[in-house]
Amino acid sequence: MNSYISSVYLINKAGGLVYQRDNWVNEVEIEKTFGYPLGMVLKEVDDKVIVTFGEKDGVKVGYSLLSINGQITNGKLLADGTPILKHLNNESNFPVSLKFGKPRLSTNERIMLASMFHSLFAISCKLSPVEKSSGIEIMETNSFKLHCFQSITGVKFLVLTNTKVSNMDVFLKKMYEIYSDFALKNPFYSLEMPIRCDLFDNALQKLIEQTEKSLSHGQGVT
Amino acid sequence: MTIYNLYIFDRFGTCLYYHDWQRRKFSNLPKDEEQKLMYGMIFSIKSFVTRMSPTDSKDLFVNYRTNNYKLNYFETPTGLRIILNTDLNVAKCDDYLRSIYKIYVDCVVKNPLTKLGEPIENELFVNTLNTYIQNLPVYY
Repeated sequence: MNSYISSVYLINKAGGLVYQRDNWVNEVEIEKTFGYPLGMVLKEVDDKVIVTFGEKDGVKVGYSLLSINGQITNGKLLADGTPILKHLNNESNFPVSLKFGKPRLSTNERIMLASMFHSLFAISCKLSPVEKSSGIEIMETNSFKLHCFQSITGVKFLVLTNTKVSNMDVFLKKMYEIYSDFALKNPFYSLEMPIRCDLFDNALQKLIEQTEKSLSHGQGVT
Repeated sequence: MTIYNLYIFDRFGTCLYYHDWQRRKFSNLPKDEEQKLMYGMIFSIKSFVTRMSPTDSKDLFVNYRTNNYKLNYFETPTGLRIILNTDLNVAKCDDYLRSIYKIYVDCVVKNPLTKLGEPIENELFVNTLNTYIQNLPVYY
C-alpha cells in the first residue's frame, strides 16, 4: 500500500459515526488450493471464519475465509447451509481452493469502533497525570498512525495515515471547514445524523487527493 | 522533560506495580479503580488498533499523545504490560521500557521467593527501578 491517507472518520459529540470513507482498495487476498489436512486452525469468530493458528503460504493469523472453490462465503455457513468448519473437516471435500484476506469491517463494526474511540478519548483525559489535558490527539502503532482533532462543539475528525506522516493538523482543520460549509449549511441535513451529501463527498475527496500529493512531494513529512 | 508515572500489569490485568514521580494531577478515583480503568483502556486500545488497521501486519500499539502528556506502551509476548507516562518532549521510550522490563526480569522473575501474579513488594526491584528512572536524562 503506498497511499498516505487510508481512511477518515467523523464522529459526532455523542460518539456516533456520521461519516466514514476509505481511501484504499488494494486489499491483500490470497487464493490457494489446499490438501488434507489443512495445517491451519480455523475458528468461528463473530460470524466469520478466522485463522487462529498456523501461518503458511502468506495466509496470516487474523485473516478470514472469503471464498471456497470460488463461491463467496456468507458468514460461517456455506450456500447450502452446512457450517464451513464441518465442510473443511471432511477429507472427501479436499483438495479445496480457499481464498483468505483481511476481514472487512462491516458498517456496524465501524459504528462500534467510532464509539469505542469516543470513550477512549474521554478516559485518556481522565487518567491524565497533568492538569488540563485534552483527549488523544495522535495514536501511534507500528503500522499506522491515527490523528484526531476535536472541534469546540465536540465533533471529532479522525484520519488514519501511515507511520511516516508527522502532522495532519492542516488536513483536519480543512476537513472541519468542509464539514461546516457543505454539511452544516445544507438545509436538508439534520444535526448529529449521518452525512449523505455529494458536495461534501466531492470536497473531501479533493482535499484527500491534494494532501496525498503534497505529502508525496515531501511537504509535511519529517 | 518529565516522567510522570508508571504502571506494570500482568496478562490477567493485575496491577503488579505502580509508582508516580512527578505527577501533577490525581484522578478522584481510588488507586485500584484507577488501575483497573487504565488496564481497561489499554485492553480496548489493543482491540481497537487491530481492527482499525488498514494493513495486515501485526499491529502493536506504541504510544498516544494528548496536548499535555504522552503514554508509552510496551508489551512482552508473555503479556506483561508496561505503561510509562511522560511529557511530550520525550521522544522515544522503547529503550527505557525495555530496560524497565530487564529490571523486572532481574529483580522479580529471578527471585525464587516472589509469587508471580501478585503486586511487587520486592525492595530490590523498587530501589533499582527508582534509581534507574531518576538517573534518566529525561527525568528532571
